[in-house]
Amino acid sequence: MSRLSGPSANRARRLVWRSRHMSFTITARPIAITLCLTILTLLAALFAITLGRVPIPFIEVVATLLGHGEGGMRQQVILNLRLPRLLVAIFAGAALGVSGAVFQSVSRNALGSPDVIGFTTGAATGALLQIVLFGGGSLAVAVSAMLGGLVTATIVYLLSFKQGATGGYRLVLIGIGAGATLNALNGLMLVKGDLDNAIAANLWLSGSLDARNWDHAWTVMGGALLLVPLVGLAAIRLRMIEMGDDLARQLGVHVEKTRFAMIACAVLLAGVATGAAGPIAFLALAAPQLAARLTAARGIPVFSAAAMGAFLLVIADLVTQYIATDLVLPIGRTTGLVGGLYLLWLLTRSKQR
Amino acid sequence: MAAPTRTRDGCLTAGICGLGVLLFAAIVFGIVAGARPIPLATTWNAITHFDPADSDHLLVWLLRIPRTLLAIVVGAALGAAGTIMQALTRNPLSDPGILGINAGAAMAVTGAIALLGITDVTAYMAFGIAGAALAGAAVYLLGNLGQSGDPVRVVLAGAALSVVLMSLTQIVLVNSDEQVFDQFRNWSVGSLQGRSYAVLLPAFVLSLIGIAIAFTLTKALDTAALGADLAKALGGNPVYIWSFSALAVIMLCGAATAAAGPIGFVGLTAPHIARLITGPGHRWLLPYAMTIAALLTVSADALGRVIAPPGEVGVGIMVAVMGGPFFIALVRRHRISKL
Repeated sequence: MSRLSGPSANRARRLVWRSRHMSFTITARPIAITLCLTILTLLAALFAITLGRVPIPFIEVVATLLGHGEGGMRQQVILNLRLPRLLVAIFAGAALGVSGAVFQSVSRNALGSPDVIGFTTGAATGALLQIVLFGGGSLAVAVSAMLGGLVTATIVYLLSFKQGATGGYRLVLIGIGAGATLNALNGLMLVKGDLDNAIAANLWLSGSLDARNWDHAWTVMGGALLLVPLVGLAAIRLRMIEMGDDLARQLGVHVEKTRFAMIACAVLLAGVATGAAGPIAFLALAAPQLAARLTAARGIPVFSAAAMGAFLLVIADLVTQYIATDLVLPIGRTTGLVGGLYLLWLLTRSKQR
Repeated sequence: MAAPTRTRDGCLTAGICGLGVLLFAAIVFGIVAGARPIPLATTWNAITHFDPADSDHLLVWLLRIPRTLLAIVVGAALGAAGTIMQALTRNPLSDPGILGINAGAAMAVTGAIALLGITDVTAYMAFGIAGAALAGAAVYLLGNLGQSGDPVRVVLAGAALSVVLMSLTQIVLVNSDEQVFDQFRNWSVGSLQGRSYAVLLPAFVLSLIGIAIAFTLTKALDTAALGADLAKALGGNPVYIWSFSALAVIMLCGAATAAAGPIGFVGLTAPHIARLITGPGHRWLLPYAMTIAALLTVSADALGRVIAPPGEVGVGIMVAVMGGPFFIALVRRHRISKL
């Protein structure tokens, strides 16, 4: 029934698997790159655990993580402070990477990110309302940010519905309108609000991994582990929609259903990430682009974007801890710096198509 | 073929005259409106028989008129810059800020506030323009525009550099005094408050040159919007188009951002609204986008002054709060023509 053909004459090494109902191409390079990124992420994460106010030797970190810890203060530091922080970094990064990959496919736009549907701006509005007007604590801020983002995304999606179809282009334009309006409201709150509140709000807008506990870690891990495989399964259909709604429909894809499900997944992914680490929007834009450029694969880079997102966030966290002695370096800004410079470097190196 | 073209041109001419009348009304409103009520007759007197001893006359001459004129200049410049960028990058999400210009200006102004302790809005102008020009030039080089003219590269290079610069700006901000953040937050939402002739004049000259370049490019932009290959086939020279467009955008957007702070929404949406009326040809699209953008900016500035007296709401905020819902309604009601 099925047959595996070996490496073809094509330059890319790949396996093609065909059966009566479907065929499948497995290319070596994306898998290799995803694996490499994952391993690098884990190594960087282990290294990051050794750093901090109390330096802990590498061997001891590994032993503690494997359950052979010596107990005491150091074990507490590793298991209750540094590990949850790193898990948040890894899974929030992965969630944002996948979220960006979906939005870039749905909007057919290299600039696509959860911003396209107004999510990031809406989340900021929710957080600012909470900080500037109600003065809530950090949990309340995280919850209202998630709510703000989800509500905005829902409204933009519903507004873009017309005659039973959303259409990627209309979605993008309505997202721009809603995003600009909310952005202006955010600016208004920052300018008219009390200076201390405005500074606190600006710090939240920069994203942070400080003082993360297991509640943060479980939420974002659960969300990412549930939703990323779902997106991975639907990636082929999403790829067909990129060719145009009509063509995809002829190929047997439920265009509206798929698009709705994928946008919902992407928004929820951005939601759990924002709730856990604050808005680190640029990751969603950069990770899929970097992944696509590194893997040179044609499909939607779901898993490689996840690995890239996690890698970038862990590296950014590492940079933050390594450099910051008396300098305040919010993680969202470090991500922007690291991811932006990396993207620029990759752009200058990449050959003309 | 000739007859319908002529009637279409006639309609579009009439349309732009109508927009001009609206703009004039907005200008009158802009000069009359304000926290302090000045009767129309006094305002007219101030223009025709200026009396330097009359405080109302001084207010009109030294504050309201330069400010309203600056709103026109900034609006028209942003509209033109947005039109050029959308045609070149063929990307509906691209606004003038995409060349990194807003971020460059913001970085330079933040540096001026935080490191040099400058607090005068007029002095921001020079720093803003320098930052905008440097960032624009860097994106031009990094995107390798001269050789490729590949829009996706440029868009990505612009987005990446913008984020790097914004991150740096924010890092400087969170590590500085509270006062620095206070200054910056007022600049960053876009405002025309307190801008005098010293700001108006350089902004006007730069914008005028930029707009002149833009008008010589209208035909080239028509071909560029078709894509690099078709543009080349039609005899367009991508290096020439990209270089001059980049120059025009840096001048237009740099002048506007330096004068009034980053105003995001106008350059993004005015071309979309104009395209609804004129279709994709740039001979008409450019003047329409400029007029619509100027109209939006002048009325937003005037409304921002009367909406919450005695304070005022910055023009950047007002533009988006007013224009955002309007834009959404427009997108829902009509088929927005793709680029």
